[in-house]
Amino acid sequence: MGIYIVRRMIAAVWLLLIVTAATFVVFFLVPRLAGATPDDLASRYAGRTASPEVIHQIAIKLGFTDPIWVQYGRFVKGLVLGADYSTGPTTVHCPAPCLGYSFLTQNPVLPDLLDRLPVTMSLAAGGALIWLLAGVSTGVISALHRGSVFDRAAMGVALAGVSLPIFFTGLLALSVFSYWLGITAPGGSYTPINENPLHWAYDLLLPWITLAFLYAAGYARLTRAGMLDTMGEDFIRTARAKGLPERTVVLRHGLRAALTPILTIFGIDLGLLLGGAILTESTYSLPGIGKYSVDAVVNNDLPKVLGVVLVGSMFIIVANLVVDLLYAVVDPRVRYQ
Amino acid sequence: MKGQDNEMGTNRRVAVLATLAVLILVGCGGPGPAGANSGTSGGIHNPSDGRGGTLRYANSGDWDSLDPADTYYAYSWNFARLYGRSLVMFKSAPGAQGATLVPDLAESLGRSSNDAKTWTYTLRPGVRFEDGTPVTSRDVKYAVERSLDKATFPNGPTYFNDVLDLHGYTSPYADPDPDKLGLRAIETPDDRTIVFHLRKAFSGFDYLAQTPATMPVPRAKDTGSKYKEHVVSTGPYLFQTNELAKRFTMVRNPQWDAATDPNRRPLPDGITVDLNVNADDVDNRLLSGDLDVSIEGSGVGPSAQGRVLGYQARRANTDSASVARLWFTALNSDVAPLNNVHCRKAVLYATDRAGYQRAYGGPTGGEIATNMLPPVIPGAQRFDLYPSPKHLGDIAKAKDELVQCGAPGGFATSISYRAERPKEKATAEALQQSLARAGINLEIKPYPLADYLRLYAGKPDFAKANNLGLIVYGWGADWPDGYGFLSQIVDSRVIRPTGGNSNLGIRDPAIDQMLDQALVTTDAVARQQIWVNIDRKVMEDAFALPGVWAKGLLYRPPNLTNVFISDGFQMYDYLALGTTRR
Repeated sequence: MGIYIVRRMIAAVWLLLIVTAATFVVFFLVPRLAGATPDDLASRYAGRTASPEVIHQIAIKLGFTDPIWVQYGRFVKGLVLGADYSTGPTTVHCPAPCLGYSFLTQNPVLPDLLDRLPVTMSLAAGGALIWLLAGVSTGVISALHRGSVFDRAAMGVALAGVSLPIFFTGLLALSVFSYWLGITAPGGSYTPINENPLHWAYDLLLPWITLAFLYAAGYARLTRAGMLDTMGEDFIRTARAKGLPERTVVLRHGLRAALTPILTIFGIDLGLLLGGAILTESTYSLPGIGKYSVDAVVNNDLPKVLGVVLVGSMFIIVANLVVDLLYAVVDPRVRYQ
Repeated sequence: MKGQDNEMGTNRRVAVLATLAVLILVGCGGPGPAGANSGTSGGIHNPSDGRGGTLRYANSGDWDSLDPADTYYAYSWNFARLYGRSLVMFKSAPGAQGATLVPDLAESLGRSSNDAKTWTYTLRPGVRFEDGTPVTSRDVKYAVERSLDKATFPNGPTYFNDVLDLHGYTSPYADPDPDKLGLRAIETPDDRTIVFHLRKAFSGFDYLAQTPATMPVPRAKDTGSKYKEHVVSTGPYLFQTNELAKRFTMVRNPQWDAATDPNRRPLPDGITVDLNVNADDVDNRLLSGDLDVSIEGSGVGPSAQGRVLGYQARRANTDSASVARLWFTALNSDVAPLNNVHCRKAVLYATDRAGYQRAYGGPTGGEIATNMLPPVIPGAQRFDLYPSPKHLGDIAKAKDELVQCGAPGGFATSISYRAERPKEKATAEALQQSLARAGINLEIKPYPLADYLRLYAGKPDFAKANNLGLIVYGWGADWPDGYGFLSQIVDSRVIRPTGGNSNLGIRDPAIDQMLDQALVTTDAVARQQIWVNIDRKVMEDAFALPGVWAKGLLYRPPNLTNVFISDGFQMYDYLALGTTRR
């Protein structure tokens, strides 16, 4: 087991290097191949009335005049050894792992990301808890009472949940619950959990539900289909024939078997969300990683994009590793060497 | 200015139905907003002296920077007056008065030498930084010096770089002078006097002296690109907290002395600004009373316009701000047959201008422009050299011009627009339709917004090679003045072969000469006449097809006091606002 984890971690480092290199290529090599000069790239980060001399100065400052592999090398070096950076009157050291400085705001990227991580984690964790509970339980009940009024209603709502985009349900929920009824927090509210846990939950309630609505719908449909499959299996009949209580049959035998694919999806979903719940954060103006990444991409701010890509991929890799390990717990047939 | 440039926020794709409703409403000449730049009595809504309360602002994006050396948004210049004092400033007054300059840190407007190349200001005594240190002319000089360093402060305008006699000076951070005051173009003979020496005559120097770059910066507190984290205030408010890209709060500055400041009457006790707020949510919060001001001043977004204009009570709380911005289409004289003035005139005659206005949302989006200078600019005149009934176009005249151009059957060319802007797409399509009536056939070519000027339409060889005869564009003035509006779009000498041009093909030595003449004309009225003459010349030679003089639909919640639109910034004057919410 231990060796397995170490091997996966080493593979993860390679994967992260490849992902960041690919980001570099998209940002720098592709425009270069399309004929853009370093100055063309730099003019994105210069003011509107910048003269060619100023643009060239900025190109040098941001390192665009170097070959792309030198630039990538500098990025990796910053990750391992840290980097120095001029603010004008003074030089600041950015300790390792240094993700670099924003081309536009000239703020270091890593503190920004760490600052925003709790927001995204709070959102993802709360949302995931709600959608897992709501989705799986709805799916189980629907499967057991197939064709009932509950089943049809639940699957109808689930279909709506899967189809309606968050920027619609989110704004609608805000209009109704926050501005009209005044029972939830207005958009843009966020209180750190260590300041006031009650406020934290109150502020995030609506985003959680909005996020959970979308995912719960998918999980309910998935669980229902999985349960219908397993409940028709021979081992369920055997379990019933042994005289086990129905509760044990459903939960210990049925659900456990149906859970494996859900766990897979859950790992990927949660990993993706931790890399930034872009739509939810944008709709609710939550200063999380998703909002950060949108701003970064819109502004072509490469160091920020790289930071988000790195953090996002890391979460997906870790989440998948955790899921793979959990398989062994859920399904005794799986063993890792 | 960049201010209104991003008015089509990327996340405003919600509530399509509401948008449609608005378009229909507006298209039918539905009910309009209540106030205008100088609409109501005295132009001030809810006039009040009531002090106290906290004013809540929100921004759907983020500042370029709070650093006075590094900011280029109209709203930012408007807002900066709360925490900084430049040498002169736009008067905090409604309508046209708000476009006049008054001394702020200086005792009077600039005193110029006869050749308009030397400008002298005397500072008011008694002005202090928030830590109690007195402000001297050296602090102003240092502030301007650091604003020259565009590698550290890329966002700000480059006017001082262009007009000061720099002798190669680049930055105080590379200055061998121990006090970092080595720039010879600015002299500080004593603590209260500052003298600017220019490379060339610049009659409108006071407009440069009103930019935030002249707000004093204490060298001891200057942290370069990190200074925006704590700007040292000279205005009535100072930064209490500042979480970059999220929010900041301001409180009264105890060192600010009303006796030294005839221009400001700060009403609220505190100010909060939320950044990067979802644009639709900004409008919702504004309407629900959870917010006081949408700081960008570009107006209510498309999805909320219906909910604002549709209700009598809310409509009474709206203002239509005429903006110093023109949406226009450049006629590129590089591309045949538009190198012939008659072919260009044919385009102007054939255009359905009402269609152009519809592309920008009808009368709410702006009024039909018949010439270049927006009416809100002091001295601007309206004239129409290519009249037609109901602005629908005059096809007979257009065909007549085509004959004179030697293309009696019409011609074919291309029209470009910025792909991310639905209004510009609608413009290109409307022009394609209306010009086809005269036999002028347009091929529509969208290009990405970010590189529109640098690599495509604004790069002369690309525009020529791709036959871009018509280039859809828009331009806003950095300040409401002919120079601020015209210099970057009609002067042929600013066209760079490497691209990034905002002059999209106006090449006329006579126009260049008139611009130079205006720069040495120190009499404001005479100068204004020159701007009008340039405007007229551009239209006579049919170098551009003016479309719409932009307007913004502003909403003011009932608790907001002392609300008026200043022509200086063409949005609510943030220096004057107060609130009844305690």
